Amino acid sequence: MSAVIETHDHNHHHGPAKGWQRWVYTTNHKDIGTLYLWFSFIMFLVGGSMAMVIRAELFQPGLQIVAPEFFNQMTTMHGLIMVFGAVMPAFVGLANWMVPMMVGAPDMALPRMNNLSFWILPFAFTLLLSTLFMEGGAPNFGWTFYAPLSTTYAPDTVTFFIFGVHIIGASSIMGAINIVATILNMRAPGMTLMKMPLFVWTWLITAYLLIAVMPVLAGVVTMMLMDIHFGTSFFSAAGGGDPVLFQHVFWFFGHPEVYIMILPAFGVVSQIIPTFSRKRLFGYTSMVYATSSIAFLSFIVWAHHMFTVGMPLAGELFFMYATMLIAVPTGVKVFNWVTTMFRGSLTFETPMLFATSFVVLFTIGGFSGLMLAIAPADFQYHDTYFVVAHFHYVLVPGAIFGIMAGVYYWLPKWCGNMYNETLGKCHFWLSFVGMNLTFFPMHFVGLAGMPRRIPDYALQFADFNQISSIGGFMFGATQLLFLYIVINAIRSGKPASQQVWESAEGLEWSIPSPAPYHTFSTPPEVK
Amino acid sequence: MSSDSSYQTYYVPEQSKLPIVMAIGLAVTVFGAGSMLNDMSAGRADSLAHWIFYAGALIIAGTMFNWFSKVIKENHAGMYSDQLNRSFVWGMSWFIFSEVMFFAAFFGALYYVRNFAVPWLGGEGEKGISNMLWPQFQATWPLVNMPDATNFTTPKALVDPWHIPLWNTILLLSSSVTVHFAHTALKKENRAGLKLWLFVTVALGFTFLALQIYEYAEAYNHLGLTLNSGIYGSTFFMLTGFHGAHVTIGGIMLTIMLLRVLKGHFKPDDHFGFEAASWYWHFVDVVWVGLFLFVYIL
Amino acid sequence: MPLKTMPWLRLVLGTLLLSSATAWAKWEVNMTPGVTAISREIYDLHMIIFWICVVIGILVFGVMFWSVFAHRKSKGAQPAQFHESTFVELIWTTIPFVILIAMAVPATKSLIKIYDTKESEIDIKITGYQWKWHYDYLNDGFGFFSNLSTPSDEIHNKAPKGENYLLEVDEPLVIPINTKVRFLVTANDVIHSWWVPAIAVKKDAIPGFVNEAWTIIEEPGTYRGQCAELCGKDHGFMPVVVVAKEKADYQTWVDERKAAAQQESGLKDKVWSMEDLMERGEKTYATYCAACHNSDGTGIPPQFPGLKGSAIAVGDKSAHVDVVLNGRPGTYMAAFGAQLNEVDLAAVITYERNAWGNDTGDLIQPAEIAKIKAAQ
Ligand code: HEA
Ligand code: HEA
Ligand code: HEC
Ligand code: CUA
Ligand SMILES: [Cu+2]
Repeated sequence: MSAVIETHDHNHHHGPAKGWQRWVYTTNHKDIGTLYLWFSFIMFLVGGSMAMVIRAELFQPGLQIVAPEFFNQMTTMHGLIMVFGAVMPAFVGLANWMVPMMVGAPDMALPRMNNLSFWILPFAFTLLLSTLFMEGGAPNFGWTFYAPLSTTYAPDTVTFFIFGVHIIGASSIMGAINIVATILNMRAPGMTLMKMPLFVWTWLITAYLLIAVMPVLAGVVTMMLMDIHFGTSFFSAAGGGDPVLFQHVFWFFGHPEVYIMILPAFGVVSQIIPTFSRKRLFGYTSMVYATSSIAFLSFIVWAHHMFTVGMPLAGELFFMYATMLIAVPTGVKVFNWVTTMFRGSLTFETPMLFATSFVVLFTIGGFSGLMLAIAPADFQYHDTYFVVAHFHYVLVPGAIFGIMAGVYYWLPKWCGNMYNETLGKCHFWLSFVGMNLTFFPMHFVGLAGMPRRIPDYALQFADFNQISSIGGFMFGATQLLFLYIVINAIRSGKPASQQVWESAEGLEWSIPSPAPYHTFSTPPEVK
Repeated sequence: MSSDSSYQTYYVPEQSKLPIVMAIGLAVTVFGAGSMLNDMSAGRADSLAHWIFYAGALIIAGTMFNWFSKVIKENHAGMYSDQLNRSFVWGMSWFIFSEVMFFAAFFGALYYVRNFAVPWLGGEGEKGISNMLWPQFQATWPLVNMPDATNFTTPKALVDPWHIPLWNTILLLSSSVTVHFAHTALKKENRAGLKLWLFVTVALGFTFLALQIYEYAEAYNHLGLTLNSGIYGSTFFMLTGFHGAHVTIGGIMLTIMLLRVLKGHFKPDDHFGFEAASWYWHFVDVVWVGLFLFVYIL
Repeated sequence: MPLKTMPWLRLVLGTLLLSSATAWAKWEVNMTPGVTAISREIYDLHMIIFWICVVIGILVFGVMFWSVFAHRKSKGAQPAQFHESTFVELIWTTIPFVILIAMAVPATKSLIKIYDTKESEIDIKITGYQWKWHYDYLNDGFGFFSNLSTPSDEIHNKAPKGENYLLEVDEPLVIPINTKVRFLVTANDVIHSWWVPAIAVKKDAIPGFVNEAWTIIEEPGTYRGQCAELCGKDHGFMPVVVVAKEKADYQTWVDERKAAAQQESGLKDKVWSMEDLMERGEKTYATYCAACHNSDGTGIPPQFPGLKGSAIAVGDKSAHVDVVLNGRPGTYMAAFGAQLNEVDLAAVITYERNAWGNDTGDLIQPAEIAKIKAAQ
């Protein structure tokens, strides 16, 4: 049973197993990466379908399709599934595929644990989704599950939600530890830290964020569990606790969490833009420092989600200033990307289309973030659709476009076949238009005063909501095209070359397409 | 970075059934635990959910046993390189860091209620106006009189830090020293010393646990200090309780190490399992010092 | 699954009617400048940041689009070789930093003003309930609930929607203009958030704690807002309406209110007839109970039990009184004994025991309720 990898001709011993066992028992980083990516895509469709229910109900004023109770369940599950089921696993999937290949390692550092990290997820989300069919219904208190709505006033199923979060957190922590160990311990000779591709850097920092904040999330849901079942009073003033305590602990996790969802996308974009600009990334070193600064700052800004809870003035000011500061390192990144493109030799294949629009649309989302950071102004924005617009701009054309850019960029390396470029471009443009149509009008209704998480609204918001809904259906339907493109490429795409893209650089392009089941069994020398 | 040879022998394990069984075990456990708690709170006496929970826990324990046995066997068979051992080192260190952050959440909560929530409810500080809702309430720490006492058990007295907790501190601190002695003995290939010191460490650890259980029994039966005693009881039991759980885990780890030592495992230059357990033990110890200071004394 | 009948038909029709929908509304796309000094300050702050972002956006995207058009491979562009410059990195770290400081200064000033709740002339305690607001005029010693008054037929598309659909209440908060009014915001169950855009006050209502906010409204008028924190099922249906009156008008209103409160307290000693109780009970039920138990008493099972023919509503009277007075702790059923007065309690219980075919014939007098309350 030894599987010591020494030379290539050992490969036939431990190529992929056949049938379902290959996927269930696998210890191969490529298989596990594939599992993560498919799982995430399924969750994206599930969470997206819930968004469709939301958009359909909000198509018109009045209650027509679902009852308010169910609407709240949809909002909550949509947020939870998109965050924990779609975006995070997708990035872990990309890391599994790419990090070992990019640093010249044979596999992830701890392959069996890697498999465990993945297989926890399908069970956890089955548990979470099954609450929809239990008595009392699914969690209905928002993805931020503020106490006491999520404790004293929650449906019984909150217990399953809590345990679900526990095991999802365990999965994330194990995944993150694995990535840290791989990056710090498995680099090929000569691959010094400051030679690592930026995707690897952003993931290293993301992994640290995960290890630092997922346990805090576990802590806060544990306090909820105790308040619900064992009579403690963490979040109840009657016993000397405070509902706002919940929010502090939650957002200590929650704010770094939003950077967990964007830093790997920064990494993907930093790989793609130089390739299609045929020019080296501008300011590599400053990119590394900027990413680290963002990560550091992300720990001291959490209460910008709580400007209206009535914090003392000093706290309010501190969190406002710290939050504004994040614009500086993020700006550095944006400027570096733009300067990389400046005086390059640009072409716009699908990955580059997604990456370019990422830069523009993420920046728009960042700008609205900065507006939200101004505490007095946030008194007007908070809990309106302006916030919903902000975070969908950083998440959809941010995180999701980043993932899609990465998939188009690396798919030929994974499956050995090119996708259909024309269809890819169609997918991009339809997504681009659909997404802006959905989320841009939300800025307007938000500023005009429409609160979020409501199933019905006053008449003056009707027009823009209708536009949003139409855009949402368009964007959603477009993602079925994406599914088709990917399957089509895997099954009948044209074979791709080793290099795939004209001026792509990095170890992953030095191996054949598709990448052999085991790569770098003898470590490559870097420079 | 290390020499080329350590790369060429990097061990990528074959396919394995362990992780999926573990994942199933986790799923069964949490489903069982959730159903059990819901049935308990709803007062359903005929609930069978605890059996699901036990089944899950059994699967987890069995898988862990097999998993670790396998790793030990593979190591003894010489499949592991220095590099892989370094991966284990990174893994364990960052796992302990994640545990630190878990405790940080509860210490943070304690800090917040003591310095903000309770004084505000009692009429002090910037949000002292909240006291208009609880006119009878006065902020004190430890908090024995709750803002609204009707639904809580009011403790008659609190745990005296200078009795059992002080002894426990001494026990744990000395166990950190003894585990270090055991480690030194192991490195010097002094097997007798290793066995002795490791045994002493385990004994100290379980004595600590026994005292802690006694203290809880006192608190519940005589002092009226329970989980239900407002925020003081909540933070007290959650912090010491999770610490106790970690001592239990650490104690089990060390016991296993002791059994392995008795079977002749570990070499002066290859004993990561032992080191991991001892780091964990030191971590548990440091947390206790924090507890003793912030929960008992201050 | 709570799907309603024929939703898709409605949806298709709705699309066809897109143009007529436009007629409903004026196209509002920006924040309101509002009617107080603070709200205008916030509006200005909002516009300043907005324009700064627009300018930076034009510059950054400008450079980018220039590259996209001019430096294309298809146009024969050759890639330049530069890839590092500490100098420009420093420039584009420093300039945004300076811009941020320029934003932070006015923001800090406004924030300090907003936090200055001292020297108020009127104090009003605002309590959020699932799903209504209670206003207590602390200086004058009276208070009342403020409930959504949009009829449920409008919400369920059975009647045309009125102009202030979802933004109208039975009893608005009334305050005088040009007077510093302090709000003491709290909640009874979960977290709510009291928000009126025109006066730029949004404060979370936290159960067990009190938050302070204040306003000085300059123009008489009606200002509408909504609860801005997810608070359960009917979070979307708990509007806030503030009516600002001239000082003299305000005083008259206060006097009327006090007199009415006086009169109301007299009613509880009177012996009520069945018709009067049923009439009042129907109103109370519609306002306070129908949200969960439905106007026809069928409830929203399984979470919200129906009362039509339910064991409790046709069974033991004292058990029924007990649930309504003390609620069921740990469920959505609140203790209404603390919220409603004796007359309303008596009326609503009588109503529940006799409406929808629950013809028990039982009649509960306010005096009985008062006795039970006193005994507790
Ligand atoms: C990927 C996720 C992501 C990212 C990257 C961000 C990025 C930022 N977010 Fe966002 N945010 C969310 C996800 C994210 N956010 C989510 C999910 C919520 C809602 C949670 C909930 O309640 O459900 C939220 C809510 C949220 C709030 C709370 C709003 C409220 O509830 O009232 C605030 C307030 O400060 C905020 C601020 C910011 C800021 C300042 C940034 C900054 O990082 C942005 C920095 C970027 C730029 C500024 C653009 C580029 C910079 C330049 C071109 C340089 C020059 C610019 C200037 C000097 C102006 N966010
Ligand atoms: C990464 C995270 C992510 C992503 C990708 C999205 C994607 C989308 N979100 Fe998301 N959203 C959140 C994270 C995200 N959201 C969060 C955190 C919240 C806050 C929750 C809370 O308040 O607690 C939120 C809340 C939220 C709201 C506010 C709800 C409320 O306040 O009540 C709305 C409303 O329109 C919305 C819409 C959408 C839409 C239309 C998409 C679309 O982009 C989705 C498109 C995808 C699909 C549609 C799936 C693919 C297609 C199919 C399955 C085919 C079937 C469909 C058709 C044929 C049309 N979201
Ligand atoms: C916020 C939602 C809500 C509102 C408003 C509400 N109730 Fe209830 N009510 C409930 C719930 C939930 C229950 C079931 C409690 C339980 O599970 O035991 C309940 C139970 C009851 C019962 C007992 C029914 C039974 O079969 O056990 C009565 C009687 C009742 N309510 C009367 C009232 C009256 C009278 C009002 C208004 C003054 C009212 N309720 C308003 C949610 C509500
Ligand atoms: Cu009250 Cu939302
Ligand atoms: Cu944030």
